[in-house]
Amino acid sequence: MPALNINGKEHPVDAEQSMPLLWVIRDIAGLTGTKYGCGIGECGACTVHIGGKAARACKVILGDAVGHDVTTIEGLPDTHPVIRAFAQLKVPACGFCMPGQIMQAASFIKLRSDPEDDEIVQAMSGNICRCGAYERIVAAVKQAAGAQR
Amino acid sequence: MTRIVNLSRRKLLKAIGGGSGLVLGVYFSATDRASAIEEPARPLRAGFEPGQLSPNVFVAMDPTGQVTLTVSRPEMGQGIRTTFAMIMADELAAAWPRIVVRQSDGDAKYGDQITDASRSILIMERPLRLAAASVRQMLEAAAAQTWRALIADCRAVDHEVIHVPTARVLPYAQLVKTAMNLPVPNPDKLRLRDSSSRRYIGHAIPSIDMGAMLKGKTPFGADVTLPGIKYASIERCPVYGGKVKNFDPAGAMAVRGVEKVIEIPANPAPSGHLPLGGIAVIASNSWAAFQGRKKLKIEWDLGSNASHDTTAYRAEMQATARRTGKSVRTLGNFESAYAGAAIRVVGEYFVPYQTHATMEPPVAVAAFENSKLIVMAPTQSPQTARAVLAQYLDLKEADIVVRPTFLGNGFGRKALHDYICEAGWLAKATNGRIKVVWTREDDIKHGYYQPICFQRLDGGLDKNGVPIAWRHRTVFPSLASTFHADQVLPDAAQLGQGFVDMPYAIPNLRCEVGAAPAHMRLGPGRGGLNMAHTFAMCSFIDELASAAGKDPANFLFTYYAGPKKIDMKALGVDYPNYSALIEDYPLDVGRLQNVLQFAMDRASWGDPLLPRQGRGLAVHRSFLSYAAAIIVVTVAENGQISIPRIDLVIDCGQVINPDRVKALMEDSIMYGLGFALYGEVTVKNGAVEQRNFDDYPVARAVITPEMHIHVVPSGHPPTGAGDPAVPVIAPALCNAIFAATGKRIRTLPIDLNLLKDAPATAPVPTAGAPAAPTAIPLTPAGPAPKN
Ligand code: FES
Ligand code: FES
Repeated sequence: MPALNINGKEHPVDAEQSMPLLWVIRDIAGLTGTKYGCGIGECGACTVHIGGKAARACKVILGDAVGHDVTTIEGLPDTHPVIRAFAQLKVPACGFCMPGQIMQAASFIKLRSDPEDDEIVQAMSGNICRCGAYERIVAAVKQAAGAQR
Repeated sequence: MTRIVNLSRRKLLKAIGGGSGLVLGVYFSATDRASAIEEPARPLRAGFEPGQLSPNVFVAMDPTGQVTLTVSRPEMGQGIRTTFAMIMADELAAAWPRIVVRQSDGDAKYGDQITDASRSILIMERPLRLAAASVRQMLEAAAAQTWRALIADCRAVDHEVIHVPTARVLPYAQLVKTAMNLPVPNPDKLRLRDSSSRRYIGHAIPSIDMGAMLKGKTPFGADVTLPGIKYASIERCPVYGGKVKNFDPAGAMAVRGVEKVIEIPANPAPSGHLPLGGIAVIASNSWAAFQGRKKLKIEWDLGSNASHDTTAYRAEMQATARRTGKSVRTLGNFESAYAGAAIRVVGEYFVPYQTHATMEPPVAVAAFENSKLIVMAPTQSPQTARAVLAQYLDLKEADIVVRPTFLGNGFGRKALHDYICEAGWLAKATNGRIKVVWTREDDIKHGYYQPICFQRLDGGLDKNGVPIAWRHRTVFPSLASTFHADQVLPDAAQLGQGFVDMPYAIPNLRCEVGAAPAHMRLGPGRGGLNMAHTFAMCSFIDELASAAGKDPANFLFTYYAGPKKIDMKALGVDYPNYSALIEDYPLDVGRLQNVLQFAMDRASWGDPLLPRQGRGLAVHRSFLSYAAAIIVVTVAENGQISIPRIDLVIDCGQVINPDRVKALMEDSIMYGLGFALYGEVTVKNGAVEQRNFDDYPVARAVITPEMHIHVVPSGHPPTGAGDPAVPVIAPALCNAIFAATGKRIRTLPIDLNLLKDAPATAPVPTAGAPAAPTAIPLTPAGPAPKN
């Protein structure tokens, strides 16, 4: 049985290779922090890291993820600068989109430690928040980028 | 009046074995904060007579001093768990870290639990304070008894009671046992703490669920799992009211992981809370169920709505709006005043069907075991869910438990329970544990749509530009049609949302409503009918101002004149006032003027702008709160618009949690912009044409304007904050576009192509240009580039 490395742990996965990683993570590995919002790569709720980079788990199939390190929100340390900034700026409302936002932001600030506001807006515009917390999201990403420097 | 009974005196604690503590209302064992699922609330029934106890709020304190607050309103991003905890903590003089919040189930003893129409704080503030105050007073009395001191000398502060004359201190934990044996103070005799002692209310307290939420650990409906659970995905008829003629499950059954294919019988329209019916594919995981669905062969009987077409329907509504309708408010004589007007203005406004598109699509878990049904789902109204399930599944309410989870948005969608009924039906039919998972496509195509609405306004001004005649006609299918057949005219509650409550002092007035048969399943959305009505009403007053050659803000301010409170009863208007007493929550034109003035000051109304810029405003009262928005827009020659600045003013009475109100205002702006710019559901051959966020776009980070939120300090009782600011955004934006270009937008969503090559009206250029804003794209951004 193939195994998938999620958050540093091997999960045996008995499923079709074509199953999107999102459903493997949620229904088979039982990690529910990663959310379903659209299934077509439009909302970012399912964002995880594959090999350290943000990816939409609904658009990556199991077969392509095997052999790579997958990190979900559960695998991000509580003290991660993005999580701290999101808490400090009281970003979440209903919270449903938050894991995806945080994973997207965490990957982004790793690559761009001193981003312009416009770059942050662009990087975060693939993640929908129906609670409209965008102003705070952008401010928190900026703060987190500063904190990691 | 809330009655509070000391259950500990009735020896209830023995009955639950183990713990003991001071319990008002009902006792729960302490558990962690975000465990609505894992550790269900265990309300006790033994020991108190039904009818005697009817508190709708429950505060419990255990012998360690830990306080458990049972929150009867589901959390859906409005911060209600935190806000209720703040109200309780201030009245109880509790230390924040000692508070645990639990979610109540759908049992009737918790009172009405519906979370809609921004009513939660309005209804719950006083009962919460009373319940907390009685616990505090019993602790103070216990301290007085211990010290043989006067109660008046014993004061609760920060989880302790202090004997003021001697500065002796006893922590709550040491007083619980004594307090348990004391009588419960009569609610009428409770001394509420005064506002100067507040440490939480009025302060920006972070969400009590923050830590868990940011780690993805707050359990949403989608996250509920149980051993042996199966996943169901349902293929529903593309047309509302249609049903399955026949189907072939073979293809689906061949998909790996698919275990069963079952037909859920259709419930004919109007289907209310009940499922639409269809073919359910049950599998070992969600994906397998989706794949199985694709392999189903189904022949549908599409039913009578198969000819519904939004283009044709709009034309019918327009024809209706051009005829005399049923009059629901009149003043003076519109016809003669209009006939004699020096200037006449006509505006026809259109708003399409929209859908909720909650971030978390509908989802529900149900388990049927030993003839009992347990449901865990994101619901705005667990009690309604329970009642509906009982009727639909022919079960006793006593045999059903509904546990609300966290909600990934509600917006009114999750106050309608078809998805929960689907899960209940499948659990019962399979005698098992089922999670019904809606895809985004299911959500967009089988929603409860906000009504499509056509409005016509006719206005007349005299030769001095004074408005003397106003006629407003609205035509939309009634929300009641989802529950009752033959509803062609909307009821007073719907007409009371931005239509009959027109606040302008115009001496000759008619409000008329036209008939519209329903062909879609409808449901209230955020802002309710105010969304469509406010768009038209606040745009049309701007049209009148412009026709009169007057400044729109001054014009508005002037024609808010007249009695400061509009007496709908005296006017003979049926006006439910959001189910609140009009005596307590009057339609206060003074507060409308106040938010307008506030906005004008803060947004520097009248200051010069750059060429191609315009400033627009809209003011409205809804859900008993008052909101004003002023938007500055820049319209480029290619029709692209950008929004350099929005000022939003809210008067929602006394504010408990200012940070949440601010967040809700930011949210309202984004929701309102999405409504104005993107949201449109179209229907062809009875079926919804959109399917997902690629063709039903919503607001994204890229359109975030610079926001200035102003919360009016107010001594009025708290009123709604989730809805009332949303309706003013679209008209303020369209009025700004008019100011910038002279083009009047009367159809939503805004067609930016109409603004191409719009001439720039020439506001006076000014120095100090605002920072270059991001243009709002004609097509909203798709996913961000992978990084
Ligand atoms: S669920 Fe993957 S992007 Fe929306
Ligand atoms: S916080 Fe609710 S969707 Fe983003």
